[in-house]
Amino acid sequence: MKRKTIIGAVLAIGVVGIGFAFWMMWRPEIPVASQHQNAGRESLDRGRRVVEAGDCAVCHTRPGGAYMAGGLPLVTPFGTLFTTNITPDRETGIGEWSLDAFERAMREGIARDGHFLYPAFPYVHYRKMSDADIADAYAFLMSVDPVKYTAPENHIIFPMNFRPLVSFWNLLFLHGEPLEPLPERSALWNRGRYLVEGAGHCSSCHSPLNLIGGEKSSELFNGGVVDGWTAPALRGMAMAEHPWNEAQLVAYLTGEVAQGHGAAAGPMLPVSLSIAQMPTEDAHAIAQYILDLEKTSSAVTLPPCASTAKPGAKALSGASLFDGACASCHGSAAPMRVIEARPALANTSAVTADSPRNLIQTILQGIPMSTAAPSHYMPSFAHSLDDAQLAALAEYLRNESCATRPWKDLEKTIKSIRAQEQQP
Amino acid sequence: MITLDINGKTHELDIPEDMPLLYALRNQVGLNGAKYGCGLGQCGACTVLVNDKPVFSCLTPCGALAGKSVRTVESLGSAEQPGPLQKAFIDVQAAQCGYCIAGMIVRAQALLEANPQPDDETIRRHMAPNLCRCGTHVRILAAIKSVIAQGAKG
Repeated sequence: MKRKTIIGAVLAIGVVGIGFAFWMMWRPEIPVASQHQNAGRESLDRGRRVVEAGDCAVCHTRPGGAYMAGGLPLVTPFGTLFTTNITPDRETGIGEWSLDAFERAMREGIARDGHFLYPAFPYVHYRKMSDADIADAYAFLMSVDPVKYTAPENHIIFPMNFRPLVSFWNLLFLHGEPLEPLPERSALWNRGRYLVEGAGHCSSCHSPLNLIGGEKSSELFNGGVVDGWTAPALRGMAMAEHPWNEAQLVAYLTGEVAQGHGAAAGPMLPVSLSIAQMPTEDAHAIAQYILDLEKTSSAVTLPPCASTAKPGAKALSGASLFDGACASCHGSAAPMRVIEARPALANTSAVTADSPRNLIQTILQGIPMSTAAPSHYMPSFAHSLDDAQLAALAEYLRNESCATRPWKDLEKTIKSIRAQEQQP
Repeated sequence: MITLDINGKTHELDIPEDMPLLYALRNQVGLNGAKYGCGLGQCGACTVLVNDKPVFSCLTPCGALAGKSVRTVESLGSAEQPGPLQKAFIDVQAAQCGYCIAGMIVRAQALLEANPQPDDETIRRHMAPNLCRCGTHVRILAAIKSVIAQGAKG
């Protein structure tokens, strides 16, 4: 009798457990959509802007590849993912997806066939978008040229290569509803909040991630590292030592050179070129919302920056490296500075930042020619300066900008960045 | 004094360490192959090899070259005995005005030394930093591909 009870209990727990696992980790397939009708011109125009706001092409188009056909590698702590083909090709893209399937993917991270998508696809943010925006984005994506292309296989480490486990991740991080405007704030601010927290998914890069790759909610917008570049904190920018104003941030966000600060480089460059395609009011809205983000962390108070002349053998060598390698564009009398009134390097974010990472990355990789006019191009110095010279140059520039807070471990940082980069 | 290793020869030069390599090559050493184009690292006319990698010599301070080897277009052959790339550029008549050609040949040389059988996409991506205002790119690509077809290492 007793034995039967135990067996019964074990069975019951087993059934409940299987049922729970099934409920957690199984999602139904959504039926294949019939051929798509082309949406109206207005919906397509709106959809194009939503897709720019969501930076879809930044990840879903690989260098030299077809628009939205995927194949860009995303390096994560859990392995390398390749972005998927989101053109309307029925075989290799999302041509068989109905609007319902697309909306479920955007809000819950589930593909049409029911498999869990990895959270590198920012559905935790996209779920905050409005129904109308998601429908317009769908209409636009269904109108781009269908391309037959399948991305390479992902290389994800065990156990995260078992996709249903993402359901537990979702339990922790997938919440929030479509954003409702706050009535006490202006329409522009609300638009900025909607773009930054929804489609723009700014915090995906500009927040530190926890051990399982979720954004630390207590540290939201406090800055992170992405592709070896610092994604700076977005809080307190209006109050920073080198404060940003709206006009400067709008210029920066739209692929131009921001007076007194510099221009987007690294992974932010394609993002800024995307924002440049959106209506100017949207860039203003994003800037206004970001400049309104206040500091939350009780950061250690640092001594104020100051530039003090610190003559020494090393600084001297940094100065002559600057004169020979940098001054023809960045010297105070260079045409590049005089004609375009570009800021001195000492004022740029790369030099005023607490980490030397972005300065080093910019010198090593340069800034490619872009579609922005005029493009803020910079050549790569990876092959002409060695680690010690880079360190001397960075030390010299930092000394010009913030001698009171010198960068530590410069050569170590340079070595680790070089090791990450595969220079051509 | 600055010591430079150029085309296998050591030069002791009385020049400031911030002098760009291009100026030393042309004015001090008398190697006029590399050209001054933009002085901003945007055109590639000044391209030379430093430790076998292509660099813009107009933005490379001489003080940064201690212990490194510099190679210019002159090291690849002479008018009488042109190297494989130089000969191919002449054969397909890749030069229009010719100002960019030394830089083009040197950059192509770096590619073929590292990768003797690059595909078209790799060649285009590698050569992209060097500009030609005459628009001879098609012939430049043809010259590089003819060297690859011969199996010669630049």
